[in-house]
Amino acid sequence: MSHLLTDTGIIFGRYLRQTLRSRLALTFGIIQPMLFLIFFGPLLERVDLGGDGSAWQVLIPGLLIQLGLFSSAFAGISILVEKQYGVIERMRVTPVSRLALLLGRVLRDVVQLLVQSLILVLTGVAFGLRAPVLGIVMGFAFVAVVAMSLASLSYALAMRVDSPQAFSPVVNAVNLPVMLLSGLLLPMALAPGWLDALSHFIPLRYIVEAVRAGFVGDYTGGTVILGAGMAAALAVVSMTLGARLFRRAGA
Amino acid sequence: MPPLTPATPAIPVTPAVPTPPAIRTSGLTRSFPATSGTVEAVRGIDLTVTRGEILGFLGPNGAGKTTTLRMLTTLLAPTGGSATVAGCELAHDPEGVRRKIGYVAQSGGVDPHVTVWEELTTQARLYRLSRAEAAARTRELAAELDLGDLLERKCAALSGGQRRRLDIAMGLAHRPEILFLDEPTTGLDPGSRADLWELVRRLRSERGMTVFLTTHYLDEAEALADRLVIVDKGRIVAQGTAEALKSAYGGSPGATLQDAFIAATGHGAETDTSDASAAATPIAV
Repeated sequence: MSHLLTDTGIIFGRYLRQTLRSRLALTFGIIQPMLFLIFFGPLLERVDLGGDGSAWQVLIPGLLIQLGLFSSAFAGISILVEKQYGVIERMRVTPVSRLALLLGRVLRDVVQLLVQSLILVLTGVAFGLRAPVLGIVMGFAFVAVVAMSLASLSYALAMRVDSPQAFSPVVNAVNLPVMLLSGLLLPMALAPGWLDALSHFIPLRYIVEAVRAGFVGDYTGGTVILGAGMAAALAVVSMTLGARLFRRAGA
Repeated sequence: MPPLTPATPAIPVTPAVPTPPAIRTSGLTRSFPATSGTVEAVRGIDLTVTRGEILGFLGPNGAGKTTTLRMLTTLLAPTGGSATVAGCELAHDPEGVRRKIGYVAQSGGVDPHVTVWEELTTQARLYRLSRAEAAARTRELAAELDLGDLLERKCAALSGGQRRRLDIAMGLAHRPEILFLDEPTTGLDPGSRADLWELVRRLRSERGMTVFLTTHYLDEAEALADRLVIVDKGRIVAQGTAEALKSAYGGSPGATLQDAFIAATGHGAETDTSDASAAATPIAV
């Protein structure tokens, strides 16, 4: 266990330094949600979104989860690059814990995402977002769990495929429908019955609704509990699957 | 009477207890699923490498060299047979194997955007050295492998020879018992190549290290290795010293290792012989 923690720390440190070296990538990662915030958010200000709170309290939770979805789902790209350099094999020949190779990377992704999320929320405040601090912190916790889950799956997929050409289409094929069916941009309460029914099969729907509830100060209602349950289930399934595939890859 | 320990050799033991081999494989096999059944890349390799030996592992492309190497270094699970590497059973104690071996892949294994210092210290840390030990070991390796002035450079800024020395330093971070080198001099200029040969010889003479070397260059194999193992189509087709192979397979007193190689693998008959025999080194079969 102590090896796992030390090894995870070493791997986390290595990839955190990598992130700090590539501030440009960090900035570009947050551009897409910023564009939605700046150019799409104002359109919603006068629209009745059917829930409690302002348009910002609906949109920004969605953008947080969207940021988590897209940056984490593509996290595996870095593994493909490292495979070409031979870094992955070099590390797999050392006694380092296989789980730490995954956890160290995932932890870096979570930290990176939380920094981006903070920037997004602060920009939202400048635009007019007003939400309780506890609710925002709760939202960050949901974002962290989504990131852990999706990044694990993404790394596991990257260990199984050989090229970005094989990796990106799979991720895109999953991400876009998930984004549209989770009600990230507009709440599913506005959807016709069939679309609403379909979206109930997407775990992220429950998570984004829980974050929205937190942003209007509801911390203990059924929406939050359901969202937390979904997030926990997603994390357990994804991390188990991710760890297993990561451990076995190449064997 | 208490058993003798190496620390108190009061009475010479005769006959000497033979030391266990560095590597021993028995029927080592690996097949891969393919669209038309399975492909058997390695078909039952029985191999013994003694401690302190430099073994040259040769074979044409696709012979199973890399697959064997990947199994022995725990990167690939065998589908049959067994192997003991540095005293640890491959199937049951891959972590034990990893602690005792160093592996230098053909393409190296460093991130070009990272400094030499960071790569070496991280590598040492992955072998569970403390932060201070990792820093000390990095300085030691840099001095030994002539990387002292390059520690703050990014790996991308190194020349081919410097990069290769770094790759080997990475493989030596934890003072392994066995060093696996996969095509170590491919792409190096003659000077860097000679330096690398010298380094491999030093590792063995000064530290008694066992070296398992795959190469395409027959002159390299002949100059460095104590013994050669030639594989073809997943099987060992010949083994012995370069001299023994030349006299057994070469056919004439002046036979070269290349003559023996072609005779042993049969590739002189199967492929374009003019290519194979016209090529000096590396051989292209």
